[in-house]
Order: sequence, then C-alpha cells, then structure tokens
Amino acid sequence: MIENRPGLTFASHATLLLGIALVALPVWMALVASTHPASAFGVGHIPLWFGDAGVETWKTVLFEKAGNGIETPVFFMMLNSLIMALGITFGKIAISLLSAYAIVFFRFRFRNLCFWIIFMTLMLPVEVRIVPTYEVIANLGLLNSYTGLTLPLIASATATFLFRQCFLSIPGELVEAARIDGAGPFRFFFDILLPLSRTNIAALFVILFIYGWNQYLWPLLITTDDAYYTLVMSIKRMLSVTDGDIVWNQIMATTLLAMLPPVAVVIGMQKLFVKGLVDSEK
Amino acid sequence: MTVTFPQKGLPWLLLLPQLLVTAIFFLWPAGQALEQAFYQEDAFGLSREFVGFENFVYLFTDPLYYQSILTTLVFSFSVAIAGMSIALLLAVMADRVIRGKLTYQTLLIWPYAVAPALAGVLWWILFDPSMGPIALWLESAGVDWNHYLNGNQAMILVIIASTWKQISYNFLFFLAGLQAVPRSLIEAASIDGASPFKRFWTIVFPLLSPTTFFLLVVNLVYAFFETFGVIDATTKGGPGQSTNTLVYKVFEDGFIGLDLGGSAAQSVVLMGIVGLMTVIQFRFIERKVQYS
Amino acid sequence: MSKRKLSTLFLGVSLASTGFAATEIEWWHAMGGANGEKVNDIAAVFNESQDAYDVKPVYKGNYTETMTSAIAAFRAKQQPAIVQVFEVGTASMMAAKGAIYPVHQLMSDSDQPFDESTYLSAVTGYYTSNEGKMLSMPFNSSTPVLYYNKNLFKKAGITQVPKTWQEVESAAKKLQMSDVSCGFTTAWQSWVQLENFSSRHNVPFASLDNGFGGLKTELSFNGPLQVAHIKKMGEWQKNGVFSYSGRTNDGAAKFYSQECAMFTESSAGYAGIKRSAKFDFGVAELPYWAGKVKEPFNTIIGGASLWVLQGHSKEEYKGVASFLSFLSRADVQADWHQFSGYLPITHAAYDLTKNQGYYEANIGTETGVIQMTTGTPTANTKGLRLGNFVQIRGAIDEALESVLSGDVDAQTALDTAVKRGNTLLRKFERTND
Repeated sequence: MIENRPGLTFASHATLLLGIALVALPVWMALVASTHPASAFGVGHIPLWFGDAGVETWKTVLFEKAGNGIETPVFFMMLNSLIMALGITFGKIAISLLSAYAIVFFRFRFRNLCFWIIFMTLMLPVEVRIVPTYEVIANLGLLNSYTGLTLPLIASATATFLFRQCFLSIPGELVEAARIDGAGPFRFFFDILLPLSRTNIAALFVILFIYGWNQYLWPLLITTDDAYYTLVMSIKRMLSVTDGDIVWNQIMATTLLAMLPPVAVVIGMQKLFVKGLVDSEK
Repeated sequence: MTVTFPQKGLPWLLLLPQLLVTAIFFLWPAGQALEQAFYQEDAFGLSREFVGFENFVYLFTDPLYYQSILTTLVFSFSVAIAGMSIALLLAVMADRVIRGKLTYQTLLIWPYAVAPALAGVLWWILFDPSMGPIALWLESAGVDWNHYLNGNQAMILVIIASTWKQISYNFLFFLAGLQAVPRSLIEAASIDGASPFKRFWTIVFPLLSPTTFFLLVVNLVYAFFETFGVIDATTKGGPGQSTNTLVYKVFEDGFIGLDLGGSAAQSVVLMGIVGLMTVIQFRFIERKVQYS
Repeated sequence: MSKRKLSTLFLGVSLASTGFAATEIEWWHAMGGANGEKVNDIAAVFNESQDAYDVKPVYKGNYTETMTSAIAAFRAKQQPAIVQVFEVGTASMMAAKGAIYPVHQLMSDSDQPFDESTYLSAVTGYYTSNEGKMLSMPFNSSTPVLYYNKNLFKKAGITQVPKTWQEVESAAKKLQMSDVSCGFTTAWQSWVQLENFSSRHNVPFASLDNGFGGLKTELSFNGPLQVAHIKKMGEWQKNGVFSYSGRTNDGAAKFYSQECAMFTESSAGYAGIKRSAKFDFGVAELPYWAGKVKEPFNTIIGGASLWVLQGHSKEEYKGVASFLSFLSRADVQADWHQFSGYLPITHAAYDLTKNQGYYEANIGTETGVIQMTTGTPTANTKGLRLGNFVQIRGAIDEALESVLSGDVDAQTALDTAVKRGNTLLRKFERTND
C-alpha cells in the first residue's frame, strides 16, 4: 500500500461489488426463473424473486426428461458432456505435449513444415468446415459415438502452440545439465519437462474442458441417438421449438446445470489456472 | 537457441498422433471445403458444375458482403474495447484492495466457463421487450427497446453478451500485469507528489502496454469466431443484416441457405483474414518471449 | 411330409421369423414440445400394432436444422428413411430427383392401397407434381388465422369480430382508447402478411403460377396491393395498431400477456394458446381488404410434409409405406388434428372430427379448415414452389423489417427483396437444371 486513502479504497470495493453484481445478474435471473412454473413467463414480466415451483422443476429436469422433445434426463446428458469434455481434454493435452516436445527439442528435416501444418488448424474454426468433416466421420462409421464426438475437435493447434511457448522458455542450461547427467529424451520428458509444465497443463485442462463441454454445433449434427446427446446442445434444441411453447423454467434449470461443472472446474483449479494462463504468455 | 536431442526417428513418432488427427480431421475436410469454393453444386451433392472464380466474383460484388465485413469489425472492436476497459477498471480496483482480492477474483472469473450460446440466451431474455427486467426498466426510463426490430439495439445486445464472457479473461491478465509493475516506481512517483490518477496514466498504463496489445489481439480473434454461439442462439444475424458477422454468414449461407459454393468462397476469404491475424499475433508473442 | 408336419413346420418358421429384430425406420422430425411427445406416441402405437417394423422418431431441432441435417446425412450416406421438411423446402426437395422417393411411387411399389382423392386437395396440392402425383405426404399443415382476446374486446365495446383489415384497424383504435397499447401482432410475418396475403386477394406472388410452372419463375410480390398493405403495416407500427415481435412466433408472448388484443398466427398455435391464454379468446378468419376483392380466396398452407429418401432397403420401404398408410387413417389423423391444431389431411378425418362433435365443443378449431377449403383455388392460391426459399424469406423479412422500423418505404423495400430473391431463384435454376 503506497498511501492511505480511505475514500479511494471504499470506491474500489464499491466498484468491484457493482462489477460482481452485473456479472452475476443473468445467472440470478436464471436461478429465479427456474423456480417458477412455465406459465409465469407469458404474463408480461420475469419475476425477480424466487417462486415455489423450484423443487418440482429441478426434479423433472434432472431425473425425468429435459422436455421439449428430449426424452433423456439431464443427468445422462451431463454424463455425455463430461465424457466428451474429458475425452477432448486428455486427448488434446496428450498429443500436443508429444508434438510440442518433438518440435522444440529435436532437430529434423521438415520440422518447420510440420509446425506450420499443425499451426494452420487455428485458421479455420469448426463451424466453417463442418459439412465435409461430417462426411469423414460418417464414412468412418463414427456417428453416434463418443469417438466421433471427440476426435475432430482434437485437431486444432491451441494446446500445441501453448506448450511450444512454454517449452521454449525453459532455460537451455537445464537441458544441457540433463544431457550431461546422461538423461535420454524419455527421462528428460517425464522427470524434468512435465513437472515444469504443471501449471500450463492445469491451465489447458481448464480451457479445454470448458471448450469441450460447451460445444454444440458438432454434437447437434452427428448424434441422432439421444443416448449421446450432450447438454449445451440440448438447450439450444429446446429453444427452437416450432409452433409450441417454450418451457422457460426447465430451460433455465438446465442452463444452470450446464454451467455448473465448468464453473466448478474454473473455480476449483483457479490458482493453477490463473498462474498457468498468465505465465505462459510471459 | 534451444539445446536439442540428437534422435532423428523419435520426433516423427511423437508427432504422428497429432499429424494423423490433423490430416484426417482437418486437412481433408478443409481441403474439401475449399474445393467447393470453385464449384456450384446443389444441396444434395447430386450434381456439380465447375465455375472457376465465379463464387468469388459474386462475393466481392455483393454489397451485403461488405456490410458483413463492416458489421464484424464494429462488433469485434466494440467487444474488445468494452471488455478490456471494464476488465481494466475492475483489475485496477482489485489490485488496490488488500483484503478480499482472491474472493473478488473468484467471483469475477467464472463467466469464462459459460458457453457463448448460453450467455446469449440469458442476456436475450433479460432484454426481451415483453418480459425482460432490463427492457422493462428501459421502457420506464423512456427508452423504446425492441431488438427484434432495431438493428442497433440487437447489435448492442450481442456485444453485451459477448463482452460479459470476456471480462474474466481480460481481468486475469490485467491483474497479473498490474502486479508485475515494480512498486518502487510507483512509490517514487507518489513521493514526488503525483496523484493515484496521474500515476496510473503516466506510469502503470504504459507498462501494461504489452499485456494490452496481447489482449487486444486475443479479444479480436475471440470476437471474430467464438461469438458464433452468441449470435446463433439469439439474433441469428438479424434483424435485417445488422448482426450478421462474417463467421455467421458463412454458416448461414452454407448450412441454412445450402449455398455450398458461396459459403466455401467466404471460408477461403475468412481463412486469409485469420491467417493474417494469427501471423501478427504469433510474431508479437515471439517478441514477448524475447522480453524475458 | 404329412400335412400336419408341414403346417407345424410353417407355424414354427413364422413364429421364428417374428422373433427376428423388427426393421428399424428412422424418422427425423422438427416437432418439439407437446407435439414432439405426440409424435412419439403415434410411432409407439404403430410399433405395437405390428412386429415387422419399428419406427424411430428423432427430434433434430427446428425445421431448418432438420432439413440441413438430413441433407448432410444424405451426402454422407447416412440419411433417415423419412424426414419432415417444411413447406418452404419443397422446391429444393422436389428438385433433388436422385435423392427422394416420391410417395405415390413408394406406395405403388410397396403394394399399399393409395387413393389420392381421399386427401384434401387444398392441403396436398402444395406437394403434388404438375401431373397430380403426390410427391410427399402432408403431415402437419396449418394456415394463418386471427386469434382475438374476447375479454379485451368486450371492455373496448367491440361487438363484431373483424373480418376486414379496415375493421381490424378500427377495432385496434377502439382498443387503444380502452388502454390496450397494441391492436395486433403477427407470427411468421412473411408467411402471413405477404404470402398468404397475396393468396387471400388472389394476386400473384411469383410468375409461372407461383413457381408451379417451372424453374424460370420470377417474383412479383411487389405489386400495388402488396405494397399498399406493407405501407399500411409501417404506419400501424408507428401508431400502435400493430406491434412487431420477430420473424417467427415470439408474438405469442404479447398475446398471452394481453399487451396485444389480436394475433395473426398459424392455426396450429391453437393448442399453445389454449394452454397459456388466461382469458377468453376466439378464432376468426384471416382478414382481407374490403373493396379489393369480392370474396376472399383460400389461404395457403404452412407446416411441413414427410419426404422419403432413397438409399434404403426394399424391406424398409415396405415399412415406410405401411407407416404412411397408418398415418393417413382417419382416427390417427383426427386425433393428431385435434391435439395439435394442425389441419386434417383427409376427407375422412375431417368428417370423423365433425361427427365426433369436436368442432362444436371447441369453437374456432374449424376456422382454419373452412378458410382453406373456401371457393375454388386459382393459380395464385395453390401455394408456392420456389427454390432457395429459406433465403428468399430472409430477404423478405429484412425488407419488411426495414419498412416497420421506418427506414425504407414499402415500394423500395419490396423491390429490393424481389431483386435479391430473383438472384437466388436464378442460382437455384442453374444448379438444378
């Protein structure tokens, strides 16, 4: 603290609290909305305080069906989203670690070419190449499967890129010392590199988990069996009902449930996440 | 220069998984998508006709395409600047307080975890002209809010929803950047009699510039692509063309309008733009690495 | 082999074959909410009534998403056997001769009895070829009607249900005097206020019989009557007679909350309105401009039909044909019609519903059917068959919005939409010739 200015300190806290309130506003509304019966939404204004249909709505949504044509309960869809998110996260981290390791710590012909090929994947988001990707997955017989849900989304370079940056910033002396000690590439990788990259791996875990969990265009296309429906995608489905009513309270409850795991991950791993994210850009 | 290991075969083995996945699930489909830019084909793929650059010519003579470019620029810069300003303010405040810093950080970082589509839906409802609390409050204050009809208001809505999500990300970086400013510099300035306001603008802000620039690029890329979900879940490019960003237009023309050739041509142009932005970001990060 | 042994053998074989897994038939649809559950019920009844086929309904999102998913699936050779496509996609489906299996052909190939005259021609006309052969089977068809709030009408002293747009205007003004801020709102504005408007007044929407005559069709909805109507809507948006609520059916919220006293919406909205409107409401026919047409003509349908896609086994197609016959049964149709508010597609279903006294017990549910079957259809009132119509509707929606927001005058806006639409039509013609 440089000097003591109570006015400014008060203003700081006030601003922060206001910021938090604004940030939390949508979620507050969703929470309140999920505790009212669906008919409360037709009548002109969204209530700002809790109603009494909460338990019933949450119970239906969680254990019976999500509503609006979707027969599976939210519980199963959360499981599917979880499998998809974890599959993407672990898959991507694994192959990116290996690739970044190869690119940074070895010299071989076409090294730069390989890097740029992988790097190119950053340039076309999945929404844009979705129809041909669908055909590839269909030809491989991977529709309606966890493999089909996760594999195409592993093919982008963000993680490789981040790991490359992280590895490049490892002092050369460390590698020298390891080699002098007689460590081969495997020992170096497991004993030295991985522990040093712990925070980056943690940060990437959070980022990729959220990315995987929040996907919806891809699952929408490749699943017809509702045993494979994921959560965020279903919410979007529930909103586009033709000639029917939208059950807002159930949608709000499902939305909140959809937000819970990623938020839990972010907050639970907050320290490592922040450190890994910020440090890797230094 | 990094020290390396001598093995020649091992790196290929390590690279194999990623190269394989990239080849099958990126290069192959992307190549097909790009090839489609040179054909006119019916929706079912039953017949196709080679048309050379016709799709591109049509694109560049279409005033709606230029409008979409403008829309995207306005949208992206608004999201970037709004997100960064608010985050900076909050970070500065958080940096000042001794107590509760971690709590504040926790309470501010969670929107990052919310899916863009969901963020869009929540703000869409808050602003719904018939029942949203904010819309009703605006009406009572004399503002006629109807984002179904008013393109500017629809744009404001998607900007708010997209910015809301980004505040956390920017906040983290700004906070870290602020904490890296050497206290000695600030102390010296305060001894010289500079007010906190002056200290911020003459010392802290310039020192933050690498972070600021980095965040600007990241925010722009985010606004360009990852906001697809926000727009798809809410305005779907409308009313009129007012929220039809480039990425959304590609999806809309290809997926909904089933004009695969035109949509693929747009993808090619988009790739070029993103390529440019990524190269800029990459070059910049390289320079950052040399900083430390 | 003795006769007894032979018959035992046959019995054994037939019993064994029912133990085989039933042939699965996938049906992709866009019916969410309560209608979606009803679809599942219908399929379940069919499945339980026999052992050979198992129809599996899959909800794929809204109409656009369902159609696009089906097309993407077709390209990847993973298409379902049946897909529900909205009326707007008809031209695209019809043009895809290598992808679709016309219903009349399917029925005859599968030896299913199929008499096209048992279907209501006003409904099936949209989906039949120029030779009168049914290409897809109408499943859920609707037509726009006028819902009105009886309570608010009483309060404002309105005793006559509006039949013409002039009457709608004066009713709205009366309502405004009794503190109702908005006279009417609309759902699906292009469908109701331009496409059906043209049909109601027997003016062309596009050349070549609204596109039925061929791919060289050109748009013509910027004629004087349509322009005058859209100009009026712009004025009404300003003075509160009309309040715009989006391109689809978000206007329902304004009707339920009694902000708007009238609502031009699909007849299929009946079920939802019945559930959510906490007031007395009535159903009237879609208004027309008095003096511009002697008697209003029939309106055209919206909704969707079921298309059968190529690429499946003969056995599956037998099942599809059997299912389509099931769907056309009078009792199934009558039940679906009464539950959802969609129109009955066969004479038998219509008669059955009448005989059950349903229309008397539920006033307003017959309005759509009557309105659709009024008079003799002309070239302008059979429906539309325009390629790339999803995008054309987008262009129309934008034009209408620009008029409603006061930015552009009606003639210019509609001219722009016609120009953009014609470019899309030429593109469609090129890729499908």
